[in-house]
This record gives sequence, C-alpha cells and structure tokens, in this order.
Amino acid sequence: MNRFAALIDALVFMPSRNGKIRLLAEHFATTPDPERGWALAALTGSLSFREAKPAAIRQLVAARVDPELFALSYDYVGDLAETVALIWPERPERSNSLPPSLNEVVEALQSAKRGQVMDLVEGWLDTLDASGRFALLKLITGSLRIGVSARLAKTALAEWGTLDIADVEEVWHGLTPPYAELFAWGEGRAERPSAGHGAGFRPMMLSHPLEEEDMAALDAGSYCAEWKWDGIRVQLVARDGQRRLYSRTGDDVSGGFPDIVDHMVFDAVLDGELLVAREGVVAPFNDLQQRLNRKTVTAAMLREGPGWVRLYDILFDGDEDLRGLPFTERRARLERWFEAVQPRRMDLSPMVPFHGWEELRALREGSRENGIEGLMLKRCDSPYLGGRPKGPWFKWKRGALTLDTVLMYAQRGHGKRSSFYSDFTFGVWRGAELVPVGKAYFGFTDAELVELDRWVRNHTTRKYGPVREVSAGLVLEVAFDSVHPSTRHKSGLAMRFPRVHRIRWDKPAAEADRHETLARMVVGRDAVA
Amino acid sequence: MSLRVARPILGGMPAALHPERLPPDRWIKVLPEGLYVEPGGFHIDPVRGVERAVITHGHSDHARPGNQLVFATPGTLAIMAQRMGEAAAVVTRPLDYGETIRIGAVTVRLVPAGHVLGSAQVVMEYAGSRVVVSGDYKRRADRTCLPFEPVPCDVFVTEATFGLPVFRHPPDLGEVGKLLHSLTLFPERSHVVGVYALGKCQRVITLLRAAGYDGPIHLHGALEPLCALYERHGVALGELRPATVAAKEELKGALVLAPPAAATDRWARRLTDPVVAMASGWMRVRQRARQRGVELPLIISDHADWDELTQTLEDVAAPEVWVTHGREEALVHHATQRGIRARALALIGFEEEEA
Ligand SMILES: [Zn+2]
Ligand SMILES: [Zn+2]
Repeated sequence: MNRFAALIDALVFMPSRNGKIRLLAEHFATTPDPERGWALAALTGSLSFREAKPAAIRQLVAARVDPELFALSYDYVGDLAETVALIWPERPERSNSLPPSLNEVVEALQSAKRGQVMDLVEGWLDTLDASGRFALLKLITGSLRIGVSARLAKTALAEWGTLDIADVEEVWHGLTPPYAELFAWGEGRAERPSAGHGAGFRPMMLSHPLEEEDMAALDAGSYCAEWKWDGIRVQLVARDGQRRLYSRTGDDVSGGFPDIVDHMVFDAVLDGELLVAREGVVAPFNDLQQRLNRKTVTAAMLREGPGWVRLYDILFDGDEDLRGLPFTERRARLERWFEAVQPRRMDLSPMVPFHGWEELRALREGSRENGIEGLMLKRCDSPYLGGRPKGPWFKWKRGALTLDTVLMYAQRGHGKRSSFYSDFTFGVWRGAELVPVGKAYFGFTDAELVELDRWVRNHTTRKYGPVREVSAGLVLEVAFDSVHPSTRHKSGLAMRFPRVHRIRWDKPAAEADRHETLARMVVGRDAVA
Repeated sequence: MSLRVARPILGGMPAALHPERLPPDRWIKVLPEGLYVEPGGFHIDPVRGVERAVITHGHSDHARPGNQLVFATPGTLAIMAQRMGEAAAVVTRPLDYGETIRIGAVTVRLVPAGHVLGSAQVVMEYAGSRVVVSGDYKRRADRTCLPFEPVPCDVFVTEATFGLPVFRHPPDLGEVGKLLHSLTLFPERSHVVGVYALGKCQRVITLLRAAGYDGPIHLHGALEPLCALYERHGVALGELRPATVAAKEELKGALVLAPPAAATDRWARRLTDPVVAMASGWMRVRQRARQRGVELPLIISDHADWDELTQTLEDVAAPEVWVTHGREEALVHHATQRGIRARALALIGFEEEEA
C-alpha cells in the first residue's frame, strides 16, 4: 500500500502528462506482480468490490477524534478522505503490525461481506501512514480521481513495455486484473495475450480537422458525409451478457447513463454520439454536461435530461468483427441491424448526400440548428481503424462565431504555464457594467502569453488567491462554436469551446460587444436578453 | 493525568492594594501595536516602532524596524542588523539565553524556542506570577539552533500556526528523502526548493547534509547573506554556489534553493523544466500545495505541529493559556477539555508566510 500511496501522491502533484507517464512507467518497472496490476486496475477504474460510504467513514473517525476538532479540521481541509487521513491518530504501537499491501487490501475487500468492510478499514487505518490512509480512503470510496484517465495509464504501460498503444487497447478487454499476462508481455516473457471477446473497450477511430488546403486534393466522390453531433463520442458494448458504455478514451461511463445501458438488449459493439434529447429533439450540450462525470444519477436527472444515442457505426454484430469492411458496407450493415433490432433511445445519424464540395459547404453553413457541430467526411472505402489515422476521416466544423470581449479576471495556469496568468475570464457590457460570459485558456502563442501575463500583472486591481481582477482595459476577440442559455452563469449564457482568437491591443474596452449581441447568437431558441 | 486547578482571580480589587498578587491579564495588555507589558514599559514583537521592545526572533512579522531600544538575543540582533541595518534599533541590549535582567518592575529572561537561530521565549516574573511568551517555536531537533526549553509557568502565551490536528509534520529526514529520490528519478531537471530565507533555508541544507547529500547546493541571491550569517555563527552548511541564470547548463539536475515566491514564479521558469518543491508545514494539505503549483511538497516546518503544541501545554503545566498567531479555536478547545483556562488573543500583524 505504501508504494501505491507514494504513486498516488506523486500523480496528484505532477502537472504534466509526460511526467505522469514517467511516474507510472517507473512504477510498473519497479513494482512486482500482482501489486502493479492492482494499481493499474485501480487507476483505470477496473476494480470492483464493496465500496465504503462516506457516512461510514465519518462514523469511524467520530469514535477516535473529538467531534469539534474534526469539524474545524474538515472545514479547513475541505475533503473528507484527506481530513480523515490527516487527522487519524497515529498509534505508537503500530510497529508490531505491518501496513497491508495493496494486494491484501484488494483481495480482502473482494471477499468481504457487508458489515465486515468497515472493520477491515479501521484496522488498516491504524497501520498506515497519512499518505497510505489517503490512498486507501480514496480507493474504498471509489473516488480515485487524480487526473489519470484509463487511456493515460495504458499509454504509460505501452511506453514502459515498448508496446503499441493500439495493441494494448485491443487486448485490454480480454484481460482481468491484476493483468499478469499483460506485464509478462511487456517484459518480453510471453506472447501478446489474445484479444478475447467480452465487454471491453475497442480502440475508437478518430478524425483529423479538415483544412481548406486539404480539400483541393480530396476527391468529393470518394467521401460520404454525415452530421457531426454536439455530444460526446461513445462506444456501446453489449457482449456475453455484459453491457458497457465507454467514452472516447476508454473510460467506463455506464454508471451515469442507466437510461441508455438498460436498453442495450442486443449483442453488438456500436459507435455513436451520446446526447440529451427530449422527444427526439437534441438539447444543448450544456444539458448533457449536467449528467457527465457522475457515477450515479437521480430520478429527476433521468427525467429532465433523458439520454439518447445517435449511431454512426457498427464494429461487431454478435461475434462477427466488421471493422475490416469498408465504411459503406458497415453503414449498410448498421442500417439492417437497426431495422431488425429497433433499439430504444437510439436512432441512426442520417447520411448527408451531396454533389461536390461547394454544395457541401453550403449545407454546412446552413446548419445552425441545435446539436450540430459540423460535418464528418468518411472515405467510402475506409475500414474501422483504432487511433487517428490521417486521411480516411475528417471533421469539418461549422465556422466559428466571434465576439469582442473585455478581460476581467486572470488565473494562473497549470504545469508548464503555472507561473503565467493564462486562464482568462472575459465579459461583455450590460448597461455600464461588465458581466462575465466565458473563460478561455488557449488560442494564443507563447509569445502572446508572455505579453498577456505582463499586462495582467501591471493592471491588477485585486487578488483573490490565484486569481487577479484586472481593470477594464484589454479587448480579447473570442471565437466560439455556439452559445446557449445557462442558469449557471450570471450572464444567463454559456459559450461552447471559447478560445482567444485575437488580442485587440488597439481597441478601447468601451467599444467591446454588448450582452444583447451575444444573446442574439443563441441557437434554436428565442433570444434572451 | 492530573487536572490542574486554576488559581483564584482577584476580581475587582484595585491593583495597587495587591501589588504582590496581580493576575497577568491586569499587567499584560493587547494594544494595537502588540502585546504590552505595562509595569515593564515594553512591548513584545510590536507591529510598529515603540519605545522599548523585546523581540523573540528575526522573522519580519516579529522583528520590525523603528524601535528605540531593543532587547533580544545576540543572534536575533545580528539578523536584524543584517536585514534592516540602521533601522533595526537606536539602541540594542543583547540578552544571552538565561541571563536575567529587570526591565522596569518586571524580571525578564530569554530561553531557547527552537524556531530559528537566536529565537527565544520571553520569561517574565511580576507580582507573584510567571508568564512565558513562546514566540514561534518547535520541538523537534534542528542543527541550526538550540532546542526549545519548557519553562513551567502560570500563564503560557503560545503560538498556534498549525493549531489543527490535521497538522502533524512527518519525520524531516523522510521528507528530504523524497527530494533526493526525485533527483534520481528526474536527473536532468533542476530541483528548485522554495524556502524562507531565515531558518528554513539553513535547516533544509543541514537536513540534506545529514541525509548524506554532499554535492553543491545552489542559492538564489536573496538567500546568500543569511547563510553566511549562520556560518559565522558556527552552523556548517557545506559547499554553496550562487544560482545565476547564466549557469543554466550547470543547474540541470542541480539542487537550487530560492525564496517561495521566486520558486513558484518567473524566476524558476527560466531554468530547464524545473521540479518545483516547497518546504513548508502547509504542504501537509494537498489542496494548498496544488494551489501554489508545487510538484513536490516537502512537509518541513519551523513551527510546532499539533502534537508538539499539545505536548508543550503538558510540559509547561500552566493553568492558563493564551493562544495567538494562527488557528486559535481548536487549541483553545483542546486546552479547555484538559481543564486549562484558555482564550484566544487577537494580535494583529502576523502572517502565516514563514511556516
Ligand atoms: Zn517565526
Ligand atoms: Zn511568526
């Protein structure tokens, strides 16, 4: 457990992706089986055992620590697992029992009966140090969110064993923790494990953005087009009686969408866009956002933001692997499959017939309706390839909207940008007052960042921790894909994908855009003012 | 365990009638400029210049310029002279540890506080009571200063920078071990450790030396004068080199110490892909470390942690405790549970920075 705890600690503080990969690779290289396999399982969310409830943990600590001291501490620290980890009394007699290994913890939890879990946890808390207690509590409450995606952990594994990430993804779903075969393969002691079947994730096929200069070289007749929907790409896997919904990075998001998973009563692997739709009408992305990153959902959320999947592709029909077929054949199979199965809460993403790029361009510009982000171009003969191969698939996003806004607040960035003010909150005028309408942290060059940083430091009017408020003096031209009504923002509006388009050093702040202008850009609804 | 019974208070009696037994809260006052000892006519660590000041130690929130007459240990006076020059005081009166003098009607003695070089507790006797003002202190070993000496007293005025039970500093050598491990894991990256110039810097260096690190340690310019001062006071620090940005190549994989603001801001980013570490008791709480953009938090503090604070209350066995300088509420609660009369003393002007 100590090793695992040290890894968790280091990952929590490591700002860079490469640094995280390096820490994970070092862990795989220096930690024996099965310990490293359990760590990998914990990080990829592949462990299953009886979890502990926060209330039960509060009860444990209440028996050890004065309640008022605990309340004051919790108030200061803000995170339950961390407060308990730090405040748990150290016992001098701890030396006569060794802290448990991660292996022991996992095995004990997997075989524990209800009612035994908290006794086990209490015993472990007494033998671990503060880092170990933190890792244990995060593990048993199922909230090990430390900025490591399943994809990142697998990338680290591939890097450590000099394996191909696509191969790792492919075999992943046939394996179970603690992955002895996988590590043996990585160390060159065994052959690549067989891909197996099961309900695991298959690497998804991703696209490249279409540049204007690419178009001249592309033959319009070799491509099919379909709408790119504004939700999140998902893979639906219903195999061998198991059902899973995966994000693009292979994270299992089934728990948050029972309304989809319950209707996956078929045997297939599909590719589609997860949306929120009411009576067949796609809701703004913001409504989907309310349901993301949640392990469980309430009945009210299911009622107010019902899930929907718009299908793009079929990878497996039963045992039959269709990924080698050309896109047009897969599409025909998808249509036939859909006709036969008639799955609920799903529909087919319609194809967009066109003759020549000019017609397609006009269709794209005309598509300001809710839920459409642009177009997808897929070579008619392209097989389904995991990863992001260049050429077969392109995304052609709708042209961006722009607005002149005024910089209001700046916050320090992360990682390599942590010493720069690089996260910018900007606003527009409503009457004589500025109201914040969004936040952007990219779209500028490194050289521009240095200048923005200097401007922020020289125009700070107040500081709140890492945030600086600045005087209204700098205009940022912001580009964004669309704007939607939002109850979470003071302005009542939320932008999708805002980024800094140009820094208007020349423009007086008083001439920036007004709230009414932005409100008129809202799609699919009457303008709000 | 023995519960101590508070002594009776002479409520309402005119002071002059009982000069031999006057409760301390009648002769020690909290004034806007700081703690004032009336029968001695002096302040302790005043926030602005006063007539007569007793200074516990050289940190800038305790030792400020502009006092007429300053009583302090020779170590503290040397630090003040270096930091403030002429402004340190008009007249100084060095007090060795243990030396007893009278200031006005009060008997005063300084004893080691174990915080930084020269740091002292102020032991005062007047009208039948002994009051100890701790200043900042810690209880664990530190090669750069004399250890804290508990003095039994009637009123103990304690700091409470880390006055919450979540603050428990782990063993120092383990923390330094993390830094040395990171150097082997990322041998091409400069390791910049944020340290306060007075005390923490020299302590971290001696800890590194004790852990067997004998390579050169590079110093940001702002840290050099106090390191030299410590060496003049007999604290060996090994090979130190200036960390100039010109020597960027030399600083690859090197250990660099810098003031906290420089370590987490523009100064450090001129180095090659630096690992930013910070040596501070606040690093115990993850969110605080992350807020500051610290990649490698090292929990090393010159202040007492919760266990040291509560142990010290036992050791000095005072029936009454005044808590200041931090999170007073929890320590007041704890003391009250132990049968000690306790209250928070609202002093202004102290920052949590040099922790
Ligand atoms: Zn201090
Ligand atoms: Zn202090």
